[in-house]
Amino acid sequence: MKKYVLDLRVTSVESLSERHLLLVATNPSGALPEMCPGQFAQLRIDDSKETFLRRPISIHTLDRTKNEVSFLVQMIGQGTSSLRMKRPGSLLNAVLPLGRGFTMPASAREQFLLVGGGIGIAPLLFMGMEMQRMGIRPTFLLGARSASDLLRMDAYRACGDVYVTTEDGSEGEKGFVTQHSLLQQRRFDRIAVCGPKPMMMAMASYAKKTGTPCEVSLENMMACGLGACLCCVEDTADGNVCVCKEGPVFDIKKLKWQI
Amino acid sequence: MADLRVNIAGLELANPVLTASGTFGYGIEYADFIDLSRVGGIIVKGTTLHPREGNPYPRMAETAQGMLNCVGLQNKGVDYFCTHIYPQIKDVRTNMIVNVSGNSPEDYAECAARINELECIPAIELNISCPNVRHGGMAFGTTTDGAASVVRAVREAYGKTLVVKLSPNVTSITDIALAVQDAGADAVSLINTLMGMAIDVEKRKRVLSIGTGGLSGPCIKPVALRMVYQVAHAVRIPVIGLGGISNAKDAVEFLLAGASAIEIGTANFLDPTVSVKVAEGIGEYLDRHGFASVKEIVGICE
Repeated sequence: MKKYVLDLRVTSVESLSERHLLLVATNPSGALPEMCPGQFAQLRIDDSKETFLRRPISIHTLDRTKNEVSFLVQMIGQGTSSLRMKRPGSLLNAVLPLGRGFTMPASAREQFLLVGGGIGIAPLLFMGMEMQRMGIRPTFLLGARSASDLLRMDAYRACGDVYVTTEDGSEGEKGFVTQHSLLQQRRFDRIAVCGPKPMMMAMASYAKKTGTPCEVSLENMMACGLGACLCCVEDTADGNVCVCKEGPVFDIKKLKWQI
Repeated sequence: MADLRVNIAGLELANPVLTASGTFGYGIEYADFIDLSRVGGIIVKGTTLHPREGNPYPRMAETAQGMLNCVGLQNKGVDYFCTHIYPQIKDVRTNMIVNVSGNSPEDYAECAARINELECIPAIELNISCPNVRHGGMAFGTTTDGAASVVRAVREAYGKTLVVKLSPNVTSITDIALAVQDAGADAVSLINTLMGMAIDVEKRKRVLSIGTGGLSGPCIKPVALRMVYQVAHAVRIPVIGLGGISNAKDAVEFLLAGASAIEIGTANFLDPTVSVKVAEGIGEYLDRHGFASVKEIVGICE
């Protein structure tokens, strides 16, 4: 997939919580390139003095009709937090689309479970929307600390069946996604996971036990995002490989996780 | 438009901008963004005689105006390079230069000899200055005798343009430059990364897997510029300058200090098209000041 450096224009910035932003941008110079769920963009950070590198942020949605791409950003440090300074009309320089995304269903009969924890839910909406275009309704299993951290639930419910866990029990089942009763009741043809590493390892372990094909999306610290600097490597069956280029999505069979 | 062509010890460059080893992959990683023939040359990832897995993750720490890395020369070895990578890059219409590293003078020489056989590789850059490998690497680059011994061994095995990349982590980089000149280097490039460290205060641990790493980016530019100036005034052979160059103005500073060509490294991570912009910007600078050729400004700063 051809990669581009684009000067996008921000069309809206919405604060979804104290820690979360929804950034929507368009490409003023033409149609946005094709991209796949699970791929990411390297966003240039223009308003932060203490950071240096771009920030890798997953593609949250792609609206081809409106020529808009969106990013669901968790503001963790100064780099991501500075994105809140963006306003409609602001420049957003992005290198995209990067990396390898999730395996999509080969047929409409395949039952997919999309599991997201925390900000890891971000790429799964794009995946759900792409499946909806294929006439497939996926099942989402989404986890957060508490109800106020469950972001954009209406958008997820519009394209799939949504099951929720919160650590404080303020919405859905109390606990972690990996403890949800759904996992005891149903089997799926494939599982896609994005979230904190311990959660992904627990889901990988569940997938291994139940013999379900499973992919996880890693977020090792990156510099270039292009497979050039070899900083973001993961130790895999093929040796040290770049998460930015060979991933961020990996089949759990390729990883050397102790599960 | 001013003439941007330069000649580095027989190596003809269309313009003085090269991309630094370890920051530009094998060039093909950047082919979506720029026409690779528009840079003077591409110095590909460090290559060793035997495959190397590199250091464990984490290998990178962001700093103010820069970054630390301890990749540790991960590469699949020279045989893999010759059979799998070379066929993909040999037709790229610019100078494809291989950065060579090793654990002993014999390793370096054998690796260089293999690359000497590759028709479309007109030069090598000898990395005697990698701070991220335990045995060898910088060890050779930090003493005049060590540096000279590697260069002598490689010089016997390698007939084309031999550039030697110097470490700034030394007492006198000028002494090392003179030693490699006497041992047969055709040119020197400097500086490699400065040894540094980062600590995570929440975990109270050093960030990088091996504890230390090489610092690169705009924060090292003044140090690099000073060293390039000093070395250029001491040696007879051409100097290639690098260290924190992010735009054409930075590049011109290095040329004025005495570099005949420059390399762009970490800046490639921030803007994958920066190398072409720098080449264009140097041309604009020369035109604006009435210079007919880039050669006219090399080392003219007193």
